[in-house]
Amino acid sequence: MSLPADPTRFTLADARDAVKAKRISSTELTKTFIKAIADARPLNAFITETPEHALKMAEASDALIAKGDARPLEGLPLAIKDLFCTKGVRTTAGSRILSNFIPPYESTVTQNLWDAGAVMLGKVNMDEFAMGSSNETSYFKPVINPWRAKNSNQALVPGGSSGGSAAATSAFLCLGATATDTGGSIRQPAAVTGTVGIKPTYGRCSRWGTVAFASSLDQAGPITRTVRDAAIMLRHMASVDPKDSTSVDVPVPDYEATLEGGVKGMRIGIPKEYRIDGAPPEIEALWQKGAEWLKAAGAELVDISLPHTKYALPVYYIVAPAEASSNLARYDGVRYGHRAAGVKDIVDLYEKSRAEGFGAEVRRRILIGTYVLSAGYYDAFYARAQKLRTLILRDFTEAFKKCDAILTPATPCAAFAMGEKTADPVTMYLNDVFTVTANLAGLPGISVPAGLTADGLPLGLQVIGKAFDEATVLKVGRSMEQAANFTATPSTWWRV
Amino acid sequence: MNARSAKLIEGTTGPWEIVIGLEVHAQVLSQSKLFSGAATEFGAEPNTQVSFVDAAMPGMLPVINEYCVEQAVRTGLGLRAKINKVSVFDRKNYFYPDLPAGYQISQYKNPIVGEGEVLIDLQGGETVRVGIERLHLEQDAGKSLHDQHPDHSLVDLNRAGVALMEIVTRPDMRSSEEAAAFLRKLRAIVRYLGTCDGNMDEGSMRADVNVSVRKPGAGLGTRCEIKNVNSMRFIAQAVEYEARRQVDLLESGGTIRQETRLFDARAGETRSMRSKEEAHDYRYFPDPDLLPLELEQAFIDRIAASLPELPDDKKARFIKDYGIPVYDAGVLVAERELADYYEAMARGADAKLAVNWLNNEILGRLNRDGLSIVDCPVSADANNAILAMMADGTISGKIAKDVLDIVWSDGGDPREVVERRGLRQVTDTGAIEAAINAVIAANPQKVEEAMAKPKLIGWFVGQVMKETGGKANPQVVNDMLKTRLGIADGG
Amino acid sequence: MSVDKDTVRRIAKLARLALEEERVEPMMNELNQIFAWVEQLGEVNVDGVPPMTSVVEQRLKMRADTVTAGGDADAVTANAPMSEDHFFVVPKVVE
Repeated sequence: MSLPADPTRFTLADARDAVKAKRISSTELTKTFIKAIADARPLNAFITETPEHALKMAEASDALIAKGDARPLEGLPLAIKDLFCTKGVRTTAGSRILSNFIPPYESTVTQNLWDAGAVMLGKVNMDEFAMGSSNETSYFKPVINPWRAKNSNQALVPGGSSGGSAAATSAFLCLGATATDTGGSIRQPAAVTGTVGIKPTYGRCSRWGTVAFASSLDQAGPITRTVRDAAIMLRHMASVDPKDSTSVDVPVPDYEATLEGGVKGMRIGIPKEYRIDGAPPEIEALWQKGAEWLKAAGAELVDISLPHTKYALPVYYIVAPAEASSNLARYDGVRYGHRAAGVKDIVDLYEKSRAEGFGAEVRRRILIGTYVLSAGYYDAFYARAQKLRTLILRDFTEAFKKCDAILTPATPCAAFAMGEKTADPVTMYLNDVFTVTANLAGLPGISVPAGLTADGLPLGLQVIGKAFDEATVLKVGRSMEQAANFTATPSTWWRV
Repeated sequence: MNARSAKLIEGTTGPWEIVIGLEVHAQVLSQSKLFSGAATEFGAEPNTQVSFVDAAMPGMLPVINEYCVEQAVRTGLGLRAKINKVSVFDRKNYFYPDLPAGYQISQYKNPIVGEGEVLIDLQGGETVRVGIERLHLEQDAGKSLHDQHPDHSLVDLNRAGVALMEIVTRPDMRSSEEAAAFLRKLRAIVRYLGTCDGNMDEGSMRADVNVSVRKPGAGLGTRCEIKNVNSMRFIAQAVEYEARRQVDLLESGGTIRQETRLFDARAGETRSMRSKEEAHDYRYFPDPDLLPLELEQAFIDRIAASLPELPDDKKARFIKDYGIPVYDAGVLVAERELADYYEAMARGADAKLAVNWLNNEILGRLNRDGLSIVDCPVSADANNAILAMMADGTISGKIAKDVLDIVWSDGGDPREVVERRGLRQVTDTGAIEAAINAVIAANPQKVEEAMAKPKLIGWFVGQVMKETGGKANPQVVNDMLKTRLGIADGG
Repeated sequence: MSVDKDTVRRIAKLARLALEEERVEPMMNELNQIFAWVEQLGEVNVDGVPPMTSVVEQRLKMRADTVTAGGDADAVTANAPMSEDHFFVVPKVVE
């Protein structure tokens, strides 16, 4: 393995090996990333940089490596989405209402990473409370996609809600980043930033200490530069957690070990309902290409039908806001977070603190959620949506009798311009059309960079798998990664 | 006219029937809370028994306490109720400072326990069956203090998240007496089971009372809910006041507005709760952080097999095996500690004498000293010994009471006390005859009077008792005196 | 399904979100756009379909009745905007 001249260009896997072999110290690696982050402030990927903390962790890692006691991720610098509570380090969820919140506890997912020896570079930016597909709803201002269209200086969105995670990873500001996905918030930003993002099966990663958006949909997962890196990081993020009642009692396999298994003999489902009228032809063409790659690698293509696909987005925009409206009721200015000044009574305290603390998209979704749960509307909206969810899951169960994995586009378009889709909510919501089904059914899904648009912007392809079959999803993803040979990287225009 | 029609109240337009239902909140006896690992002890320093889950901090999640589930099942079995093998936890959403998450985890349409019943015994021997609608588990809220500061309220979350069982009755009660009797019986049942300490002063058991009135035979009237009544006495007062208020209002042409009211103990009246006037839309939905609770039959069976004897069964057994009258048996089993005390005391003794001894001697002294049976300074075994000594003639009834007093204040073993103080009853006829001779010799005048008026033998008995230091067997004295004085039986 | 301004005000109240009068109508329009879009769910026959009660196929995990948390009033109140002697402080609440 040859070391890239610039250590920030390491894959996580290569950095792991190099650090373990003492060809580079964690401290040196961390310092390089700290500088890269400082130089990349125009991207606004970070909400809270933690250079001192990172160097302390790196030092400790180097000491362990010297003794020969390296843990699996020893000394590897990562970025953490600001939705994961990190003890003693400000955690904002991208919101004003938590802009001063310092958690006295560590989320299970991040604790798992620190237990594996990883180093924290800082907390990355995100759509407020994970609600958004462009990272434009953050209280801490939008994140700018490191990618630019050919011959253009126009600021593009990095996708969302894990925009900061995706931007930081694709701009080489970290070896990888943690992220969360409720309707596509890992896979969609990964797709529009040329990175790999995997959302595992619901219940795979613990939700304890991860700020809740929609409890029955939220899942944590990594955004990385390669599929192997995602396999490594996911293995250490995931765990069985007795503190989370929805954490499933299935041991975490070694995803890296089975990664190169190949797709020979696998049946890959191609769902006809994912062919959307009016989608850009490039998307359709890439999907076609992806199918051909897998066929060339020995897989069998199978036409399948997921008949309730078109209802997935509206179902999501009932279920997610409903759960969110209840999950966000705790942000009331009483025990932590923003409290409005000059209030006359308790109701005033609640109403003003929340109106001041939450941004427009969050307020909108809270109102939607409150309405669909309210008396007289519960049956027509929420109950009905939960029944449709059952139907969506049944579609997948039926389909998986005929195939082992499903191939779809990841997004209906490449990165778009800031402000382009903020005029009306539904237009923004449509960005999740391909990803939301996996959340509703609780299934694992990965987005792998597959090609560039004519404008030179990345596009991804998505693979959806059976519950707890991340191994297959990663294998297929790996196969596509090899075939795609996606080597493009954004120019570092932000370094002036 | 049946017994229940005697409970109608009179209005200006005729008799009215009161219809009462209760919703009781009983705090589950457990070490830790329903969905968190914080402690549940009463009276701790503010916010010292609060986990991050209880404080509803970002990212916190509930995990259910298995023992609380057991306690709910145990209580359900004690209420002869159906245990639902599948139940669901729902969020009840509303804003209040003592509700940190902005929702309470409760159970809405699928509670853990279904229909059951409680039998209550009323004065005069009537038994009334009160149907139980359901029992469900839910979180308790924290506490707000409103009187510490002119502009502020203080919030303590120690109680937030403690497991509560909400027990809802059918509207089967018809008088304040029935309501109070139900609450007493329910309290006895949960104390027997060890699922709740029933301590209304500390708030571990609270009742909301639903009251409506109707003309006999008519459909149900509009009800008002009187919240958080925290003593038996207040329940009765609140019911009576509210029923009267509703009758007066209806008879003067008004209508009852369905509302929530508070009971003002000082004024003895119910008042409308201003803050609860707005209709609450709780937006119940299944808590997505939890899964449906599924109970195995084996789990339920294990709990059923471990149930203690409950009040009704114990009462029936006391009546059958000990021949105790119904009323007395009812009093004994009202408190498990009292029933247990009685049984230990009555082992090998005459059951009825034991009841009388308990009622007349023990309970009286406990009352005098402001103690409850668990604090009784004389053990059941000690009383058992006293009863045994009375039965075998070692001591007389009067001496027995003296022995009790001694052991009560000074402690000690009753048998030792009798020996040490020489309190053994004298039955030796020779000694008694000597005493009788002494008394007769000293009172020749009285002898003549007694022979004429047989009733005066009582005086002689008293004197002989005095002569023997109270230790003579009074029956033997009586018989010997009669013979000696030539008084026929019947004197 | 659509909402009117009164409904918007009522929902905002339920959700404890202050909503200035001039924002009521724009919010109403935004919400109605979304509700119009989700209305299509009405066209599906859901008779006999059970609602999804849990995404995971598992029994609800239960924990043992031991005290494992609490005892740190400092940590619990550390982030409080206003506290006094470990109590949370709020404007006076009238029952």
